[in-house]
Amino acid sequence: MLLALLLIPTLAAIVAYGVTNDAVRRLMLVTAVAAHASVVAATWATPPASLFGGWLRLDALGRLFLSITAALSLPAAVYSVGYLQRESRGVRRDFEEGLWFANAPEATFTSCLLLFLAAMTLVTISHRFGLLWVAIESTTLASAPLIYFHRHHRSLEATWKYLLICSVGIALALLGNFFLAVAASNHGGAPIPLVVRDLTERAAELHLPWLRAAFILLLVGYGTKMGLAPLHTWLPDAHSEAPSLVSALLSGALLNCAFLGVLRAQQVLVAAGQGAFGQDLLVSFGILSMAVAAVFVVGQADYKRMLAYSSVEHMGVLAVGVGVGGAATFGALLHAVNHSLTKAMLFLVAGNILATYRTKSALEVRGVLRVLPASGALWVAGFLAITGSPPFGPFLSEFTILKGALAQGRVVVAGLYLALLAVVFVGMATVVLRMAHGAPSAPTEDTPDREPLLAIVPPAIIAVIVLVLGVYIPGLLRDAVAAAAGALG
Amino acid sequence: MSTWVDTPLVLVALTGLLLVASSRLTRCIRIVAFQGALLGVITVAVHQHEFLARPLMLAAAIVALKGAVFPWLLSRVLREADVRREVEPIVGYISSLLLGTLMLAISFRLSAQLPLPTPAVSSLVVPVALFTTFIGLFLIVSRRTALMQVLAYVVLENGIYVFGVGLVQGTPILVELGVLLDVFVAVFVMGIAIFRINREFDHIDTEQLTLLTDWMS
Repeated sequence: MLLALLLIPTLAAIVAYGVTNDAVRRLMLVTAVAAHASVVAATWATPPASLFGGWLRLDALGRLFLSITAALSLPAAVYSVGYLQRESRGVRRDFEEGLWFANAPEATFTSCLLLFLAAMTLVTISHRFGLLWVAIESTTLASAPLIYFHRHHRSLEATWKYLLICSVGIALALLGNFFLAVAASNHGGAPIPLVVRDLTERAAELHLPWLRAAFILLLVGYGTKMGLAPLHTWLPDAHSEAPSLVSALLSGALLNCAFLGVLRAQQVLVAAGQGAFGQDLLVSFGILSMAVAAVFVVGQADYKRMLAYSSVEHMGVLAVGVGVGGAATFGALLHAVNHSLTKAMLFLVAGNILATYRTKSALEVRGVLRVLPASGALWVAGFLAITGSPPFGPFLSEFTILKGALAQGRVVVAGLYLALLAVVFVGMATVVLRMAHGAPSAPTEDTPDREPLLAIVPPAIIAVIVLVLGVYIPGLLRDAVAAAAGALG
Repeated sequence: MSTWVDTPLVLVALTGLLLVASSRLTRCIRIVAFQGALLGVITVAVHQHEFLARPLMLAAAIVALKGAVFPWLLSRVLREADVRREVEPIVGYISSLLLGTLMLAISFRLSAQLPLPTPAVSSLVVPVALFTTFIGLFLIVSRRTALMQVLAYVVLENGIYVFGVGLVQGTPILVELGVLLDVFVAVFVMGIAIFRINREFDHIDTEQLTLLTDWMS
């Protein structure tokens, strides 16, 4: 079953590269992603057996993140069919600077998308730390060509920053892996295998100073990829230049995968009785990320960058949640689900707005509600959801984290957390509401009579799910999140 | 006994110093290639008492990749991109060299303070690994040419590898090869990106990659 999860997207990627007919290839993409998603769904019914001596295993934590990835990939794949149809072929003029550019071949794009899915799947099921590293670095490499889909110099600049900053960050995580290996060298005896289960079971034998150093390096390394400040600088560029459906996957799925890398390290730390050390670091990084995001969201002139900074903020929320511990850990993992869904939906809608208005400047977009009624409604709903307004899912999870922080007596953390959420709310409100209302500014000849179904249905379905999650959390999900939180102590 | 390990380690440190003082990209590519080949020697030397297929295989892969494939790939990018051949330092060569020496001193000081749970193969492993890692990080931030940044990334990775091979025994070959494969693809993708940066911007000076900011004019 685990092999099927890896092989379906990988093989589909290889085949898709050779397919010349566009319609067939798009159909293949959706079929492969749907097949992958159904296998993921099946793992909820029957837990798959572990493979290769426990190197590949699906535990509660991994399954939660794998399910998020699969749940986002499916709408993104459906959306991509419409997106790729609309993207005109050949050389065309760039609307920002009037330069000529062409798109990357669609076959390359599709294959990289599938490889990206395979790499993220590998991240969620790797239990060997070295393999986890290989998988996370692979996600960078598979997604770099996706960011460079529109072949002009701005996306190239974004791709370069993404590649270099993430590769350097992840190189530090590799050093962290070696530090962990030193910590597990067991004072000259047979070393403990670097598998999550072995490390947690024999955590008492770990050498603590090296374990702590390893955690710092892993946090900084994977934190770079996750978008924690101050190493988030690649994120706004990559998210604003990538095609919107890729941004949706980067924000909703990839950042979570990097977060999982941090959580694996935290799991070992907790087992070794050093949980508090990691939690303090997570809280500091989390609050810092929220603060940096708040500064850049306020007055942000580019709405895709605004969404990117909002992702930095929410990664901060996740770090704070896990850092506070207790009930907040549950809240943080629930928030990972809510944030992924909401943010992916917002990016898909941003793609619709971008396609009609042909500008990323929030100042030049007016009257979205009138020009694109469906997208406009989703845009406003998404904004309310992401800023934690009731009755949407993120409100519930952010509130759980706040309650957890207060229950732990972390008043300062709770105060900062609330204040920063409020600042982001105001900052996003000014941008989003100005875009939604007012006299339409879109060029009339570009305005479609009806919004394409493939561009509306995927984000709309996600929006309904986010709304439902705010009112009622199914028992199945609650148990799954609780089990995942249990792994973190 | 440890001369077989110590000599290449010292050479790795020296190549690091040489690199910060070099101005021509072709020369830098050659220095990094030599450093890569040294890593292969260290891999075998660490296991000199047990003649095993595993270290030999790994060493062969490293020498082939870092000693031959990377230099070939990057030289090709350099030739085809037809860029200026200088590394364009932000920090001058003399200051770089002084800073490099300082980093060497810091690395030795740091490693003297790190308590190792198990003795390393050689007392030079930790300082050289730290030094090479520092040099890699320093070069990434202090050189403007994109190609030099890729080389610096390889140096950074080399430093981390020295740490791994000298201290950590029994890393499964699958993981080692996976890491190598990732580094290879990373350098390959970066190479392509440089080629395109050159075509789009007519230079590979990363200081001029400044279109994307938060403050739009």
